[in-house]
Amino acid sequence: MTIERTDIEKLAELARIELNEATIAETTQSIADVLALVDQLQAADTEGVEPMAHPTDAVQRLRADEVTETNHREAFQAIAPATEAGLYLVPKVID
Amino acid sequence: MTHSIKDNPITDKKAMHQKTIADIIAGLNAGEFTSVEITQHYLNRIKQLDGTYNSFITVNEESALAQAEAADKRRAEGDAPALCGVPIAHKDIFCTNGVRTSCGSKMLDNFVPPYDATVVENFANAGAVVLGKTNMDEFAMGSSNETSFYGPVKNPWDTNTVPGGSSGGSAAAVAAHLTPGATATDTGGSIRQPAALCGITGLKPTYGRVSRWGMIAFASSLDQGGPMARTAEDCALLLNVMASFDPKDSTSIDREVPDYTANLNQPLDGLKVGIPKEYFEEGLNPGTEQAVHDALAELEKQGATLVSISLPHTKLAVPAYYVIAPAEASANLSRFDGVRYGHRCEDPKDLRDMYMRTRAEGFGDEVKRRILVGAYCLSAGYYDAYYRKAQQVRRLIKQDFVDAFEQVDVIMGPTSPSPAFEFGAKGDDPVAMYLEDIYTIATNLAGLPGMSVPCGLVDDKPVGLQIIGNYFDESRMLNVAHQFQQVTDWHQQAPTGIDVEGAE
Repeated sequence: MTIERTDIEKLAELARIELNEATIAETTQSIADVLALVDQLQAADTEGVEPMAHPTDAVQRLRADEVTETNHREAFQAIAPATEAGLYLVPKVID
Repeated sequence: MTHSIKDNPITDKKAMHQKTIADIIAGLNAGEFTSVEITQHYLNRIKQLDGTYNSFITVNEESALAQAEAADKRRAEGDAPALCGVPIAHKDIFCTNGVRTSCGSKMLDNFVPPYDATVVENFANAGAVVLGKTNMDEFAMGSSNETSFYGPVKNPWDTNTVPGGSSGGSAAAVAAHLTPGATATDTGGSIRQPAALCGITGLKPTYGRVSRWGMIAFASSLDQGGPMARTAEDCALLLNVMASFDPKDSTSIDREVPDYTANLNQPLDGLKVGIPKEYFEEGLNPGTEQAVHDALAELEKQGATLVSISLPHTKLAVPAYYVIAPAEASANLSRFDGVRYGHRCEDPKDLRDMYMRTRAEGFGDEVKRRILVGAYCLSAGYYDAYYRKAQQVRRLIKQDFVDAFEQVDVIMGPTSPSPAFEFGAKGDDPVAMYLEDIYTIATNLAGLPGMSVPCGLVDDKPVGLQIIGNYFDESRMLNVAHQFQQVTDWHQQAPTGIDVEGAE
């Protein structure tokens, strides 16, 4: 599978990472190298093999639907880049 | 050649930093020294030596001494928990309340967590003293420590070479006797490979044995915390504290934690050791291979039987890992967006610009590469070909081990293909770096415990013997490693240059 500059641009948009114009060719090449490594998987015979999501096939543990956490808003917001009146501030989204 | 044990130096004649954790506990119990004394000793060594090794990102001088003082007081009152007053260090991936936790990244350079990881809490409850936070590859992505925002760690055995990664700071700090033990994490070999390259002992437990709560996530189905120290006995002492069932981690296993020191002295008579042929093929350094064979011969002398086995899907482990780990990383690292904590770019013109530039500035090249690879493998049209396929291969890899453990008790081979390499040796070739973990990655995919134990020197650089155990069989692995360390002294070898005036 070949990967083009336009693919990398699309992925960068999906992943919300601004690409550096100067290194985009290098980035494309190194990702192509990784995908070439990964393509070795295609040779494996996996007919009828159940995909494995968890090493010991454990299932999600359930707990009683009870409030166990206390409010830590002040501690959490003390380390935020910008807050106001208990809210996180980001650039304006809607006019 | 295997060294035989020389006349054992009497414990109290060892310099303070030569003591193992077991020695330190005995010394504190006997009143030979206080926690404040040994803590100050280590802080002095860090001050004098770590300018060279760069193994710590943060040193907690003040709080370490306060913890040591409190530990001494507790002991005097007859209330000394397991590691009361014993200095350790935490990998900078474990959240520490009030102490910056960077994960080796510019993204979290200003991040001071408002809570402790469960592992950190466990050590605090056991009375341990935290000397500081150790350096690491950015977000634990790397096998050389060269991706850290804080600069590479240097291998104390040869400062032109890498310490391995991602837990290179913890490994180098233990090897340079800047701490007697440290916490670490292992997603594809990040405990075992640096342990091997730095000549120390490290253990990655069974997936789910150590809580991941407050441990910054890289690939959640693979990440597992574990201890690093100079001896297997010390790793057992640390794992006793580190392992726990944690209701706050939904993947934590609800299973009793045994006393990992209980079986250390069991003889190895009748032990069946599986030797996978795939771990001794092309790409293995001949000196490393020889050292591993010598170690296996030593175990045979102790009564173990070597059994040839095959793990036929070994070659697919690295490719499967580089789908699964980046896919999980791309999801996990989406939380770093400049909104709630960590880095935010200057003067964003809108929300999209803030995300794009915050993440471009905050993440290093390798982290970006893995996020993009992960996004690709999960994107529409490619999911089945990559992610699903990798998960199927993952089951085949696990089944190889399940089959092997029907015949053998433990599996052994090299930890890494060669000893420590020079900085820049793998250059800009990510694939060459990824192959560094060729013998360790399968264990993570299967969720099995793995360990590395020093077993020789090649060109004065340490070599690690890898011990892979069955699920929750950490006690047996520690037993085997401890018995090996009773008849060899590779774990007692130390690099030159770590003894300094005034820090004796």
